[in-house]
Amino acid sequence: MLIFAIARIIPGDPARIALGPSATPEQVQTLRERLHLNESLPMQYGYFIGDLARGDLGISLYTNRPVTTDIATFLPATLELIIVAGIMMIGIGLPLGVLSARYRGSWIDNGIRLISLLGVSAPSFVWAVILMLLFAYFLPIFPIAGRISDTYFVQPVTGFQMIDTLLAGNLKAFGSAAWHIVLPAFALALAGIGQAARLTRSNMVETYEKPFIEMAHSYGFPESRIARRYAFRPSLIPSLTIIGLDFAAMLGNAFLVEAVFAWPGLSRYGVAVILRKDLNAIVGTVLVISALFLIVNIVVDLLIAFINPRIRLSQRAS
Amino acid sequence: MTAPTLRIEDLALKFRTYSGMVDVLHGISLHIQKGERVALVGESGSGKSVTARIVLGLLQSLRTARISGHVDFDGRDLMSMHDAERHRLRGTKMSMIFQDPTSSLNPVYTIGDQFREVLFRAEPGLKMAAARQKAVAALTDVAIGEPERVLDSYAYQLSGGMNQRVMIAMALANEPSLLIADEPGTALDVTVQAQTLRLMGELVEKHRTSVLFISHNLGVVREFADRVYVIFKGRIVEHAMTRDLFENPRHAYTRALMSAVPRITGGGIPEIDDASPDFLAPLIVHEGCAEPGAPV
Amino acid sequence: MKRTLTILIRNPLSLLGLTLVVLVVLSALFADFIAPFPEHRGAIVDFANFNRAPEWPYIFGTDLVGRDLFSRILYAYRISLLLGVVVLVIAVPIGVTIGLAAGYLGGWTEFVLMRITDVFLSIPPLVLAMSMMGLLEPTLTNGMLAVTAMWWPWYTRLVYNLARSEREEGYVLAAEVIGAGKAHIMFREILPNCVPSILTKMTLDLGFVILIASSLSFLGLGVQPPTPDLGSMVADGSKYLPDSWWLTVFPGLAILVAVFGFNLLGDALRDILGVEQ
Repeated sequence: MLIFAIARIIPGDPARIALGPSATPEQVQTLRERLHLNESLPMQYGYFIGDLARGDLGISLYTNRPVTTDIATFLPATLELIIVAGIMMIGIGLPLGVLSARYRGSWIDNGIRLISLLGVSAPSFVWAVILMLLFAYFLPIFPIAGRISDTYFVQPVTGFQMIDTLLAGNLKAFGSAAWHIVLPAFALALAGIGQAARLTRSNMVETYEKPFIEMAHSYGFPESRIARRYAFRPSLIPSLTIIGLDFAAMLGNAFLVEAVFAWPGLSRYGVAVILRKDLNAIVGTVLVISALFLIVNIVVDLLIAFINPRIRLSQRAS
Repeated sequence: MTAPTLRIEDLALKFRTYSGMVDVLHGISLHIQKGERVALVGESGSGKSVTARIVLGLLQSLRTARISGHVDFDGRDLMSMHDAERHRLRGTKMSMIFQDPTSSLNPVYTIGDQFREVLFRAEPGLKMAAARQKAVAALTDVAIGEPERVLDSYAYQLSGGMNQRVMIAMALANEPSLLIADEPGTALDVTVQAQTLRLMGELVEKHRTSVLFISHNLGVVREFADRVYVIFKGRIVEHAMTRDLFENPRHAYTRALMSAVPRITGGGIPEIDDASPDFLAPLIVHEGCAEPGAPV
Repeated sequence: MKRTLTILIRNPLSLLGLTLVVLVVLSALFADFIAPFPEHRGAIVDFANFNRAPEWPYIFGTDLVGRDLFSRILYAYRISLLLGVVVLVIAVPIGVTIGLAAGYLGGWTEFVLMRITDVFLSIPPLVLAMSMMGLLEPTLTNGMLAVTAMWWPWYTRLVYNLARSEREEGYVLAAEVIGAGKAHIMFREILPNCVPSILTKMTLDLGFVILIASSLSFLGLGVQPPTPDLGSMVADGSKYLPDSWWLTVFPGLAILVAVFGFNLLGDALRDILGVEQ
């Protein structure tokens, strides 16, 4: 509701902007009628909720298509990017943190810490630019932009190109899609990787100080086993909340990467509509993104509850 | 005569800090014969805990530590051993129990999981079922009524006393020659502590395990130990059979310890108000207590 | 203070951070003197020299209208730091006060204040800033407003947690017994205990504000031309990737260097001041 209120208060007549300067006053008026802009604010809100219940987010003034269609077209691209980046974040960040903690004080540790800090110190688009220049231009390993090479056409079933290409049985296309996603996802993930590594490291170092680790040492459990089994799980719990937040934050940062790599995702759409003050689209987009954010947070909470025996068992007991 | 289970000779420990070298142990010597229960008594910071950790080899990995002297275990020189060999002894031939039983157990794994890990140290190929049986037997030995249930529980679900007994069971499971007890029961309340110690006594007697008992609590020491070493600021100041020490304390520090009023909180750590220069008087050894090989 | 400085200098990493931060600050303050082409921060065009790769005297090259990139970056630092300082100067007192009130006073105050804070915290920061910017004219002032608005809740949360745990401490109870007023307790008793955490966060945040601000201007929602801004410089240059690479690389690196410096410094402060997470 907050979003709605803010959106409605902006200066400038949205209908006029949408129709362009050449529209006649009558046309503007008709559009205003359709969009209920002439009625009082509470009435507009009423229409909005009613439409929302029916799944209708209105028409985008920008693309002239229903906002829901727009979102459905662009969302999967962004989601795909975020998911791959998320996998990278956890798959690379956590092990780096564990290594860093296990060999704390050594070169490995200091090196990883430095890189992690660097990763966190620049916005995703800077990394996107640097990565693109390094690995796509100066060293042409990865493609420069786009989701998939133009030579392939894949029927969009789920909207996830990686899945769709597999469904279509076209392995070459799958390869192309995968190759295309590496750089952007990595650029997006870099900050998250740095954060995850640092967090894991600091939590594990803290855990290492705990008495039960000393006891494990006294029993002569091998160091690697201690790192993997004994120290890791208890350290994971405090990290999870923040990792979850980071993952959700990637939703916000996706914009920047999508811009550099020309990735046709929701964020680019979002930026475009914001610049054009396309009310319905703005509201719709922000709504969807906030909802996603919420869902991610809930999932993370559930995961935490699952991994932390204390919470899990106390709920079973009650 | 068999070699003593543990023989420490002139053990010195220094730490390198920003402000230079700090001496923690000034060359202490002690020994434990097979089946004997020896206590090392002192205030916090006296060096008793680090001694225990040096025996186990837990301190050697610290880069700032400088250790010198002899530590013999079952006739073998620990200091000149390879790390790998020394490593093998831990958990199998020598084990340790700690001050706070609940926090010494990993909170995210069940007791059963951790017990199995311990048993694997001695028998790497042990099957799950056999391991479980052994664990149940060990738990029954420490008077735990429902061993199966305990094995499937987590440390925080059990009481402090229960966890203490679990720790003792784990420590003795692989029949070590030496058990090091670092302030056992300090975190428990007094009645539970007494029970646990009695239990520990019975068990070490049964397995003929030697015990190095580290404590600041004189009452507990009196109950449990055969022989006592008193340590003050990294030096052994008195060494006597338990009864002898309590009936006839000769060193100034020992006397101060005994007459100090124990604090109500903090597990009975005696509070010694003034440090007299007498405390640095040389070692007083009571009759019948000389180190093996030392001149009488 | 002196001791902190000595420790900072001893450790190589924190020394690096300190150096970087000092460099950035000096660049911003003395841009007029250091920049080889101080007039280039404005709307100058020099088509004779446009789009040049880095070479003397244009150390970082020139942009598409012939302005020296190096000079512009120096001035851009000025804007970024200004933004950071202003945002913090406004957001921190507000956030801290709310946090103190919520943490100490408890009851309805706590409930209401924290629910509001939570709402702000639940939206991903960039999205919030972006939507606000989208609804206002993109100017520097509005940019500051938007960033400030999304910034204060973090301090509230931080101070709230601290205040809640300090609430039970001895010195608080003692002050209550003596009859000290609520405001006094909050600001004179509890607050000083929160200062290390707040200071560390502020240092780290200076870097973080630069990060967010540059992201916003990258998307065109920040400062308008011809004012130099790191984010928009990257954005403008990105259209000419990869050929005129210096247009994006140098501003991007400038961002990296500044934020990295603040992060190093903040981390070092955290270690020294013994702050908990």
